[in-house]
Amino acid sequence: MGLIKTVTEKPWERKGVIGGMAPEGTFAAESERVALVFFLVIATVVFSLFMVSYYLRMELPDWEPLSEPAQLWFNTGLLVASSVLFQWSRNIVVRDHTRNLYTSFFGAGVLAILFIVAQMVTWNHLQAGGFYLSSNPAIAFYYLLTGLHALHLIGGLWVWSKCAIRLTSGGEPGEVRLSIQLCTIYWHFLLLVWIVLFAILANT
Amino acid sequence: MAYVPLADQDQDMEMHHPHSWVEKYVWSQDHKVIAIQYGGLAVLTGIVGLVLSLLFRMQLGFPESVNFVDPNFYYQAVTMHGMIMVVYFLTALFLGGFGNYMVPLMLGARDMVFPFLNMMSVWTFLISVIILMASFFVGGGPTGAGWTLYPPQTTMAGTPGHDAGIILMLVSLAVFVVAFTMGGLNYVVTILQYRCRGMTLMRMPLTIWGIFVATVLGLFAFPALLVACIMMMFDTVLGTSFFMPAVLESGTPLDYEGGSPILFQHLFWFFGHPEVYIVALPAFGLVSDVLSVHARKNIFGYRMMVWAIIAIGGLSFIVWAHHMYVSGMNPYFGFFFATTTLIIAVPTALKVYNWLLTLWEGDIRLNAPMYFAIGFIFTFIHGGLTGLFLGNVVIDLPLSDTYFVVAHFHLVMGVSPILVLFAAIYHWYPKLSGRMYNETMAKVHFWFTFLGAYAIYLPMHYLGFLGVPRRYYALGNTDFIPLSAQDLNSSITIAALIVGASQILFFINIIGSLKWGKKADPNPWGAASLEWQTPDTPPVHGNWGENLPTVYRWAYDYSVPGAAEDFIPQNVPESEVAAARDAKSPENNGE
Repeated sequence: MGLIKTVTEKPWERKGVIGGMAPEGTFAAESERVALVFFLVIATVVFSLFMVSYYLRMELPDWEPLSEPAQLWFNTGLLVASSVLFQWSRNIVVRDHTRNLYTSFFGAGVLAILFIVAQMVTWNHLQAGGFYLSSNPAIAFYYLLTGLHALHLIGGLWVWSKCAIRLTSGGEPGEVRLSIQLCTIYWHFLLLVWIVLFAILANT
Repeated sequence: MAYVPLADQDQDMEMHHPHSWVEKYVWSQDHKVIAIQYGGLAVLTGIVGLVLSLLFRMQLGFPESVNFVDPNFYYQAVTMHGMIMVVYFLTALFLGGFGNYMVPLMLGARDMVFPFLNMMSVWTFLISVIILMASFFVGGGPTGAGWTLYPPQTTMAGTPGHDAGIILMLVSLAVFVVAFTMGGLNYVVTILQYRCRGMTLMRMPLTIWGIFVATVLGLFAFPALLVACIMMMFDTVLGTSFFMPAVLESGTPLDYEGGSPILFQHLFWFFGHPEVYIVALPAFGLVSDVLSVHARKNIFGYRMMVWAIIAIGGLSFIVWAHHMYVSGMNPYFGFFFATTTLIIAVPTALKVYNWLLTLWEGDIRLNAPMYFAIGFIFTFIHGGLTGLFLGNVVIDLPLSDTYFVVAHFHLVMGVSPILVLFAAIYHWYPKLSGRMYNETMAKVHFWFTFLGAYAIYLPMHYLGFLGVPRRYYALGNTDFIPLSAQDLNSSITIAALIVGASQILFFINIIGSLKWGKKADPNPWGAASLEWQTPDTPPVHGNWGENLPTVYRWAYDYSVPGAAEDFIPQNVPESEVAAARDAKSPENNGE
């Protein structure tokens, strides 16, 4: 069912029930998954607009390039590890296994929290080095974009913590399967966003 | 949990039935209650916007006649009027109000996909309105920067509300974007996933198509507003220079350097232009359904109408810089944006022709909703034609920031959507309340509003040609503006006061009919779409009783040749249509 085929059908000619229990044009996916995809598109638009602003602002004469703190490589490693663990816990829960579920699931969340802490430590180092928000536009963008990324991750951690409470209070892994699947997608998305951000921030 | 089609789901699975009055009417998760909360709040905010406009019109028509309308208040009133009407009134009423009410009912669903998120959306909207209104009560008052909030003047001394007012405005907008995103995700996913059995995308009423595409536009466009708000907030509060250039304030240099005010304009209009269509597309959809029902004819060119909605939605993202011709840009950009702007007239004109052709040889019932719908066609054509003038760079430059622009956008995205809102409210009032409104009063209301709108906005075109600038507190002694322009301004103000006052008729009608209105038939207009086929009027929680409806046809089977009645509801199968036809035809029953 392509979009073109859909919008060229003649609804006044076709009578009777079309399709099975689900009408044509419905995605065979959970509503939450469809909603997440839309949300990711919106988040992509937000980050893209910031990036466009970044590049437009960069062309103005007062721009001072910023040398990225080396610590960001370490932070990136934390986020990669968090994403990998999430993928692991997703694979476990999809196969209805429970072995290593706690390790991978809680490990993923803890690493994500560590990432945020590490980002804040980097902020502190920058502040100590005299790089304040208002010192120059490159550093302002740095604080803004890393802060925004961290906020998105905190939003993800909120869902993660709800799952964690479910799991620790004796919930079956099946109850949180969808949440873990969707969190994994979200984590990979945020990892991708971070890599792109890191690349453009380093590329002043 | 794998995917389960809506029709296969356990009927009570998603339903959270309310247990108390508070759960039913305050913390409600029922889309119909949320729709009324959203709509009611939007209308209350809209009344504030209306009163503000009357106050600054008093200043323009009869200078210094209202003693508290000083220059500062004038700018604040103009700014708040614009922002309230565009965002907090029209967007919230069309998508929050009508979106919530219509989507599940027209699609044969019991509720939105995420009822809790839906409830969060309306309460977040309330918070954003409270923050906005709070700015009237802080020191310095609300921002007076104009609704476009252009930096650097927005945050500098001399602009009213440059301290607390602008911050509250930015926070309120950011909160509104969050509220809209929660609601918007709900509408989109509900439309895609929660259609009842047989309701294919091309069987959806155009109302739903309008709401769907407008919501997608909103989800993509509001982020630009959010980004602009966040960066401006950083500039204002934290001293960054994203938008703020090196600038003097009362002779003293400020701590800013190198920012780009034009960047803000790009971000703002990347939101601002799609916003026009976020308001217009639901209006296009609603008016199509009203016209079709009251003309007893299927909508002319349904498929073209759908394509036009999608095309307008797509094009609306590549025309934004036509708001910035005077900001200075590469001439080739100007050429590009002028071209795309004029191209958007093609699908729009197509819609207008289709509305007119829907009326052609229809069995037109001139009920009050039809008055408003036909009135909309007039104002929309007039407002749209002046858009062709302003879309051209060379014509826009002299007319920019004159009353010609004010007249254009008020006709096309102020009066036109509002006429549709009245049409839609009168049209669906019987379903929503279970009672009929007073027809005579509604028609009187129409004539005051429709003729009054022309009395206000037609002369403004002329003022614009004279070169009268918009947003000026007083015109002073200017050679090129004749004294008679003031007489015209006075007449506009008188018309505005009459139109404003005549809206009382609407409220008396709508509120009074709740108590004194005649009990409404479940389907008083003989409409074919699903929302008129609910077992209860007004529909109860869950909408459909025991079983969800099944859809056998599109929403526009009006005056079908040979059918027993002049409409066939969407949920009537072909076999029943044939049986009714046989029962009625004289050959078969021997009459």
